[in-house]
Formats: sequence, structure tokens, C-alpha cells
Amino acid sequence: MSVQYAKQYETVIGLEVHVELATKTKIFCGCSTEFGGAPNTHTCPVCTGMPGTLPVLNKQVVEYAMAVGLATNCEITRLCKFDRKNYFYPDNPQNYQISQLYLPICRNGHVEIETADGKKSVGIHEIHMEEDAGKLLHDEWEDCSLVDYNRSGVPLIEIVSEPDMRSAEEVIAYLEKLRMTIQYLGASDCKLNEGSMRADVNLSVREVGAERFGTRTEMKNLNSFRAITHAIEHERERQIELLEAGQQVIQETRRWDDHKEYSYAMRSKEDAQDYRYFPDPDLVPVYISDAWIAAIRDGLPEFREEKMARYKEVFDIPEYDIGIITDTKHMADLFEETVAICNQPKKVSNWLMGETLRLLKENAMDAQDIRFSPGNLAKLIALVDGKEINSSVAKEVFEVMFEKDVNPKQYVEEHGLGTVNDETALRTTIEEVLAANPQSVEDYRGGKERALGFLVGQTMKAMKGKADPAVVNRILKELL
Amino acid sequence: MANIISDETIEYVGILAKLALSDEEKEQAKKDMGRMLDYIDKLGELDTTGIEPMSHVFPVQNIFREDVVTNGGESRETLENAPEQKDNMFIVPITI
Repeated sequence: MSVQYAKQYETVIGLEVHVELATKTKIFCGCSTEFGGAPNTHTCPVCTGMPGTLPVLNKQVVEYAMAVGLATNCEITRLCKFDRKNYFYPDNPQNYQISQLYLPICRNGHVEIETADGKKSVGIHEIHMEEDAGKLLHDEWEDCSLVDYNRSGVPLIEIVSEPDMRSAEEVIAYLEKLRMTIQYLGASDCKLNEGSMRADVNLSVREVGAERFGTRTEMKNLNSFRAITHAIEHERERQIELLEAGQQVIQETRRWDDHKEYSYAMRSKEDAQDYRYFPDPDLVPVYISDAWIAAIRDGLPEFREEKMARYKEVFDIPEYDIGIITDTKHMADLFEETVAICNQPKKVSNWLMGETLRLLKENAMDAQDIRFSPGNLAKLIALVDGKEINSSVAKEVFEVMFEKDVNPKQYVEEHGLGTVNDETALRTTIEEVLAANPQSVEDYRGGKERALGFLVGQTMKAMKGKADPAVVNRILKELL
Repeated sequence: MANIISDETIEYVGILAKLALSDEEKEQAKKDMGRMLDYIDKLGELDTTGIEPMSHVFPVQNIFREDVVTNGGESRETLENAPEQKDNMFIVPITI
């Protein structure tokens, strides 16, 4: 950091991470959790807080929470229950949020992270289950707010870390680790930009060597790794400057403005932040048996580290490629399933590392959004291997497959893209090309090798790209 | 009445409940709350040694739903109770 301070400071960071679970229905009712429905269409009396309704817990929520807990080395609370967190806000129609304060489902876990400074363990204080709130839209013309309760009751887990992180780099490594683990479990897609993963940063600074923590602030509205990094750097500086000026840090919640790159106080602790938690009498306790824990543990997938190690042993592909392929479970599954069909790991990897990554980037998509099936990728590889299409046609077909998951074999037939292997026809075309380009023929015979390339190009053009360039080359040389 | 609710407490509870109470109402509420606390204190007279705290009044646990969509699909019923609505949404005073 460029700024020099009188004293040496240490940054202490803990994270509260909310993750939207990938269930089909809400946590306490049978409404769909699907994103993007027309406003208030995924609602019912339960998730809109109608008097007299009764919430019933979605079993899948408990199982996802347990799986995340086991994957992050937590203890599972055998008898856990739900509590009401009371507050008034229009996005919360019950006037309380059902959450877990006293007996959260998972406790005392940890994950290993790795940064440039080496490996380190970050403690997980607890993971609890809770419901999401509705969405408020602000109508500035009418001077009112509009409420959509589609998201009200969507299941969340909140993962609360210990204050074990010391830099933005460690925070990002921790979040990446959580994202990867949870995605591999299939418990959430963990997209920061779409809000299915949200991180609140608790940060304080203290003099190096001090035993007690400084006063912390909580930062909200961080929608990307970049925003998190910037917010941490700014908040660290802001707190140090206060301390250097002999002032005190106030314990408060701050909101990060990503456009203006600064944060401002949302509410301080002096404002009533008294949630008056009490056990929710509408929900019965959840008892988790050893057998249930064992069943969830047995169902845990092979995680990234194990996968990478196995790929290194089994497949002859570069370590860099392995890193990219295992970055998401979707890509890794696609790779393995395609290899299982065609047994050509190098070629499958090439399609994923080359064209797939290029098209994902061009379309601003994530690997999880890949639509083409392993079967179709294997068919495409077989078409190229069998010289039924050449490599440039293959790329063209791949683009269509990437967009619509078409069957490449069928697509090639329907669009007449197959390589023309009829040498007589090819020979006729080449003869025509030679007749039309006497200058190039003369140049080539005069020793200009480059003229050959031009003639190959002209032939490919005349064949609409459907010839095998190697065959064209051979025939051209013969005729010349 | 053994429990006396202070002016500060009733003020604070009013803020939490988002209620603007008149002076008369405050006095009445202080009395009611004091009586409620007295009643709760009464329960404290019971000897509960050796009795495990319970988290629910009925001896039931693990009541679950399977993860299958059964509700929703339209907004008409939900919006029937909206005092005002626009574009399928509830209108509320501006809230930031």
C-alpha cells in the first residue's frame, strides 16, 4: 500500500456469506423458487405472511445445509430449531424472518485456503438456515416503492466465518473455496452478480501485536470479487485514518457504492437493532440422526482437489487445462462424460479450453450455462476424426452446437457440410481454379511457393469449405 | 404490582413496535406490561430442577415437505389484499 502510517496495522476480517439454495421450492411452502417469474406469481398465503398459515420445512434445505456443513468440516447440531427475528420492513410480510439463532444446524467448521503467502485455515463459526425477503423496487416518479414477494421464503444458508482473515486476498480465496465447494455439491450456483451468493464483510483494524480486536464495521452490497477487494482496501484505510487522527471507529453497518467507490453509514448500533429473537412456535424441532448424517456424507461428491489429483494421474493433459476444467463441476462433468464416450481426453480438453472458453467469454456466460451435451461433443470429435468434416467446418458446427445443442452429425448432413471425398469432382474444380488463375500457376512454377497457398484458398472457396485441405494440396501439386 | 415498567422502556418498546403512543396510552401500556411480567414471574415459582428445557410444546419433530412445487403460478389471490397495486406489485410508501 502506498500510504505510510505512523504505526503498523493489522486488518481483521470475518465474513457473513448468504447462499441461495438450489431447491425447486421455497423453504416453508410449495411455491417455486424459479428466477424471473412475473411479480408475485410465486407466492401463497405462507410466504406472504397471511395470519393463520403454517410453515412446513423443506427437507432438501436441511440436506443441502448438512452437506455444506460436512464439506466445511462442521459439527452437525443433532437437535436444531428455528427462531423468529423480528423487524418491520415492507420486504418482510410476516414482520419477522424465520432464522436460526440459538441452535444453528452446523457449527465449528473450517476450510483450507491458499494464497501467495501459503496455506491457512479459516474457521467457520456456524451455518444456519433462513428465509430470504421479498424485493423492493423504487418508483422515483410516483414517489413510492413496489414490492414483489417472489423471493420471499426462498431458502438461504448463512455461513458465518471466524475473524480469521487478514487481507482482501485471503477473503477472495475463502469465497472462491466456498463457491467451489457449494457448486460441487450442487447446493447453489453461487453467482455473486445475480445475488445467489452475497458476502457481508466485517472488518476492524488493530495495531500489530495488539491482543484485542478493534471496533468493527459491517459492509454490505458487495456484488463482485472486485467490489469486495476495493471495499476492503477503502475501509481499512478509512479506519486507520480515523485512528491516526485520534478518533474512534464507530460500530455501524455501511453500504458500498461500487460506482463511486466509497461506503457510507446505513445505520449505527444506536438505532434500534433489537430483533427480539424467540423460538418459532409454528415449526417443530429438527432431530438429525447419525444415520442421516452418514447418508449425506456418503453422497458428497469428489471435490476439486481430489479431482485434480486424479486427472493428473489418469489423463495426459496439461495441469493448466486441468485447473480450468475442474474450476466448475459442470465443466468437469462434461469433460468426464464426453471422455467416457469417446476416450479422447486431449481432444475433449482442446474443445473445452479453446472454442468453449472463447464462446463463453464472448457471450458473457459462465461454465454452468453450457448447454451442449457430452454425446454431441463426442459426435463432433468423431466427425473430425473420421475426416467427415474439416476443422474449420467443425468450428462452425460447434458454434451452432454451443448455442442450441444440435446433433452435429445431423446438422452436417442437413446443411451439406460434409467433406467432399469425391476426388473426381475435386479434380474438376481444381482444374477450373487453375484455368482461372494462370498468373498464380506461372508464379508457382517459377518457384513462388506462396502461390500454392493462394490456389488452395481459391479451391476451398469454390468447394464452399467442404474439402479436406490436405487432399486439395496433394491434387494441386500433382496437376502443377 | 411487582414489576414497574420505566418511561424509557415503554418509549423503547414503542420504537421497536413502530407505535406512536399518547401519554395516556403509555401509562396504560406500562400497567399492562407490568402485570404480564408479574404473571411470568409466577411461573418462576415452580421448581423445575431436573426437567430438561423443551423447544416445542408438542413431542413432535421432523415434520418435512418434499421439494415439489404445489403452490403459486398466479398473483391474483396474493394481490387481493393489496390496498394499492401497480404492475402486479404492492405499492408501499417509499422505503430505501
